[in-house]
Amino acid sequence: MSISVTDFNFVTDLVRRESAIVLQPGKEYLVEARLAPLAKAAGMAKVGDFVRQVSLERDRKQCWAIVEALTTNETSWFRDASVYEGFRTELLPKLKAARRMHQPLRIWSAAASTGQEAYSLAMMLIDELEPGRRYEIVGTDISGDVLEQARAGRYSQLEMNRGLPARHLVRFFQRRGVHWEVTPELRRDVTFRELNLAAPFIGLPRFDVIFMRNVLIYFDQETKRSILRRVRQVMASDGWLILGTAETTRGIDDEYELVRMAGLSAYRLHSGASLPTRRG
Amino acid sequence: MHAIVIDDSSAMRMILRRIVSQFGFEVAEASNGREALEVLAASDTVPDVALVDWNMPEMNGLEFIQAVRADDRYSKLTLLMVTTESEQSQIVRALAAGAHEYLIKPFTPDAVAEKLELLGLTTAGV
Repeated sequence: MSISVTDFNFVTDLVRRESAIVLQPGKEYLVEARLAPLAKAAGMAKVGDFVRQVSLERDRKQCWAIVEALTTNETSWFRDASVYEGFRTELLPKLKAARRMHQPLRIWSAAASTGQEAYSLAMMLIDELEPGRRYEIVGTDISGDVLEQARAGRYSQLEMNRGLPARHLVRFFQRRGVHWEVTPELRRDVTFRELNLAAPFIGLPRFDVIFMRNVLIYFDQETKRSILRRVRQVMASDGWLILGTAETTRGIDDEYELVRMAGLSAYRLHSGASLPTRRG
Repeated sequence: MHAIVIDDSSAMRMILRRIVSQFGFEVAEASNGREALEVLAASDTVPDVALVDWNMPEMNGLEFIQAVRADDRYSKLTLLMVTTESEQSQIVRALAAGAHEYLIKPFTPDAVAEKLELLGLTTAGV
């Protein structure tokens, strides 16, 4: 059952006041879906009950949690800036030194969603690589819907606002009505394909860097182990794996070694670690 | 850390004040560029960041940015333009005038936080 008009109005007023975002009538489903976890965390089965309690108590923390739940899109450009900076200053020089000019640098964005990570990496590589040096970025996701947007490279203004430096917006995007679209230069070396991380990795090349951030947390221990084993099969022997800050290989797959660098922690294979045979 | 929010809409000033103050900034306000220059001149401290609307009466945001960039006293003031102006050519104009970053309205609180992080003014992330 949908929330009441009074509850919906309280939420829309709150969100408009705090964020300038206007939730039009008809977005009740969105309010229901986004606030359900908050209601549950507060020990309430119904979103309506939760909203009524917040509207009575006006608890500052809960009000802000509602605003965040309704305005947060977890996919942003250059998400976790220090990771990109560490990639630029620490990993990229190592890779450039280890690879011949004609060898493309291969990067996997393993939870690509709507493509912001893959395109952010492409922007950085265009800026950082010397002329003639090639790169290939493969973005994968289990959801065909989000990949459709990633391939189209079309983003709303709200999506563009999320962490994209203005100079990159001007250089790598073109206005298309109310949307922004990536330029052919940015799109050229980025491809997207559907892939379920919990299933065999078929048809992937060997990657120099694998960004698999904030995705292992969704899997149980056995599936994590299986994924990390198969990641080793598609990772160059001197390649790097980058996980989310709350994720680790420790205790799951001991073939990886954590290397702490400025702004970045990345995993590489223990020297001499044997690559597993491809078992899917 | 100090910030100044420059916008002719009191509602927008309040929204930005709330967001920015969450990151520990003390926030001053001005309703146009001229008033902001007066606030800056009267203060002992140069703010770390100015969040500047574009379209305002008396002195608009672009004119304010040009005035600030021409004044050595404010060489360390970071300028974030926050505006409904969304044409690419306008963004280029603002950057050329000296804006360090650009945020298009409407925005989410996270978007403001990410711009502050991008500008090196916060480290907490979002």
